Amino acid sequence: MYGKKVKLRFLFLVLILLTVILSVFLILQSLKENVVYFQSPSEIKSLVELDKNKIRVGGMVKMQSVSVNSKEINFIITDFKNEINVRYSGAVPNLFEEGKGVVAEGFLKDRNYFMATKILAKHDENYMPPEVKKAIGEK
Amino acid sequence: MLASQIGYYSLILGLIFSFTLSFFATKDLTSPSKKIDQNIIVLSFLQFFFVVVSFLCLIFSFVNSDFSNETVFNNSHTTKPLFYKISGTWGNHEGSLLLWLLVLTLFIFLFIIKSINQPKKYRISTLLFQQIIIIGFFLFVLVTSNPFIYVFPVPNEGLGLNPILQDPALAIHPPILYLGYVGSSIIFSAALAAVIQNYINSEWAKHIKKWVLISWIFLSIGIMLGSIWAYYELGWGGFWFWDPVENVSLMPWLTLTALLHCILVLERRLLLTSWVVILSIASFTLSMCGTFLVRSGILNSVHTFANDPARGIFILIFLFILIFLSLGIFFIFHKEQYKDNKNFFWLSKETSILLNNWFMMYFLSVVLIGTVYPIFLDVISSDKISVGPPFYHKLIIPFLVPFLIFMVFGSRLKWIKSEISNKNLLIIFFTISITISFLVTKNFQVDLFLYTILIGTSLFLFFTTTVEFFNKKKILSQTVAHFGFSLFILSILLNSITSSEVSTNMKVGERYNYEGGEIFFKKIEEKKEKNFNSIVGHFKITDNRGDIFNLKPELRVYNQPIIITSEADIKTTLLKDNFLVMNTVKGNEYFNIRYQVKPFMLWIWISVLLISLGGMISFLRAKNEK
Repeated sequence: MYGKKVKLRFLFLVLILLTVILSVFLILQSLKENVVYFQSPSEIKSLVELDKNKIRVGGMVKMQSVSVNSKEINFIITDFKNEINVRYSGAVPNLFEEGKGVVAEGFLKDRNYFMATKILAKHDENYMPPEVKKAIGEK
Repeated sequence: MLASQIGYYSLILGLIFSFTLSFFATKDLTSPSKKIDQNIIVLSFLQFFFVVVSFLCLIFSFVNSDFSNETVFNNSHTTKPLFYKISGTWGNHEGSLLLWLLVLTLFIFLFIIKSINQPKKYRISTLLFQQIIIIGFFLFVLVTSNPFIYVFPVPNEGLGLNPILQDPALAIHPPILYLGYVGSSIIFSAALAAVIQNYINSEWAKHIKKWVLISWIFLSIGIMLGSIWAYYELGWGGFWFWDPVENVSLMPWLTLTALLHCILVLERRLLLTSWVVILSIASFTLSMCGTFLVRSGILNSVHTFANDPARGIFILIFLFILIFLSLGIFFIFHKEQYKDNKNFFWLSKETSILLNNWFMMYFLSVVLIGTVYPIFLDVISSDKISVGPPFYHKLIIPFLVPFLIFMVFGSRLKWIKSEISNKNLLIIFFTISITISFLVTKNFQVDLFLYTILIGTSLFLFFTTTVEFFNKKKILSQTVAHFGFSLFILSILLNSITSSEVSTNMKVGERYNYEGGEIFFKKIEEKKEKNFNSIVGHFKITDNRGDIFNLKPELRVYNQPIIITSEADIKTTLLKDNFLVMNTVKGNEYFNIRYQVKPFMLWIWISVLLISLGGMISFLRAKNEK
């Protein structure tokens, strides 16, 4: 009924469409699995169910809360309403300081304990992660 | 004072020349003369010249620490070394935009004097399209980001440059990257001009290829410089973080790479005309998007100098105008050229280049979605999320396997119809590669199957391109670039599976033992420089092979602005980097130590240079062909 050329072209079009749909599906699927949500200490307190996935917690490092030993660093992140204990072993960024903004990435142990796997680097002293701004803005 | 005045008025003069130039060019478009009006070349030179004057004035103000100028006041300091006073010129929003403008006008001037053999109408149309971009940027600089604003009363001292920008690699990173970014503007203008003048043919492909190569080479090297800087300055020991600001530079690189390949099809076979035009438009649009995202403050990073919504909106509107204009022109004027020789066999160079483009577009969409999705989500639901490396790794790494295999076969194919020669040799190579890869991979704690295949296929490409060097009929540029690419993937893979890291907190005088090695924190020493004080840690490291060496990482406390940075000390050898960075938690006797062994680091940079070298060889050949 149709010429060979038309058939070929049709096949080509179907192939293109399939690949596009497949790759979009793939991308969206892994996007769902791999995004890291940001939460403030208050949001964590009000969680009904503990999130098993990696999350980010942001706020201020509470004054006089940092303690360092040879293995790890412990400190408290606060959004001036609620706070959460953080344990971290590894390198901290230069601007990690009491009373300054911080974003920690890791896993929740319970509503009061956070095991950080990464403390995010900030680049200048006036910079505040948008997450922190949001968290502090809500106080 | 005076320099700022001259700089400002030069900018206005430049804008006036742009309008005059556009006027003369439009008039010349309809004139019967075969040659371009001499005035146009002179005006285009003057336009460039006045932007240069303006730029030099800004540099002069920076060198002289003229704090009556707001840009200088905000970004410089008298105690800064001369080199960083100069590089501070483009280390800020206003200055970097002036640099954009400088490159824009430079490229169109070069284009006009270098394209004498091209049809006159095409040259003038390109000039006109480029003028739209140039005028847009002139207005952007003058209205929202004037680098010559006065401060009164004149402050005695400036606010200083962000210390982490005070670094040699980062001083030359912006100009090089801009040559790549802005270089794509010429491709954009030329493609639109060619569409309107119905000049999309082999001649055009041959001529525009050189411009594509130029921006591609500069973009590659510019991205690499930024990456090297991130590696040693940010102190994480990584070289690519999938950070949005990195992604925005990768996106135009992907489209330019795709364009680089399919422009060959256009040149030789007159196929894929629409696709070439779309890629040309996309490359520059993505560069502009990058500028928009980075400058508007939507993405927070070192590159965000100021969060000024007005600037973001200006670029956004300008961006949309350019996109609609270019797409409109494409749909209205573009005519597919019907030719008899459109057919090609499935096994041919054409198919392989198409496949290359498919892969590039796939990688592009992954990066694009990963970069834009968080912004999108923030706008519609105000959920704050971040998309991390696992997303990109999961979606890109598996696709590298077919990509590398196609690269082996694709580059060996001929136009129209081809066969695979030396099948047996290829099979032998493939078996050897997989075997070697298996033997290497099984010593490490990684996904054996995935890494065996990944390393195996990159070794396969490595061997086949190495052999290709001895082939008399080889295309040198392609062989060098593809060889570089195989080395690149190979180095990254080996680096990622063989890297090791220890991190701990130490006091001065302590020893720390890790698997077979020892880190000894000997002492700290204080040093005073002109613009910073530093604490130098002396470390003696005995690695698990018994090699002993000293590393001296630094902590710098800059005076203006007061910022602490840590300078990693890296011992680079041919096969591996030993990377040590130290940090302090304020008011504590413990130092945070991070020691990394990173094999094949040097080869990552070398391979990027090889890839760019491939581009340079191709450029030189294209230049000598005419």
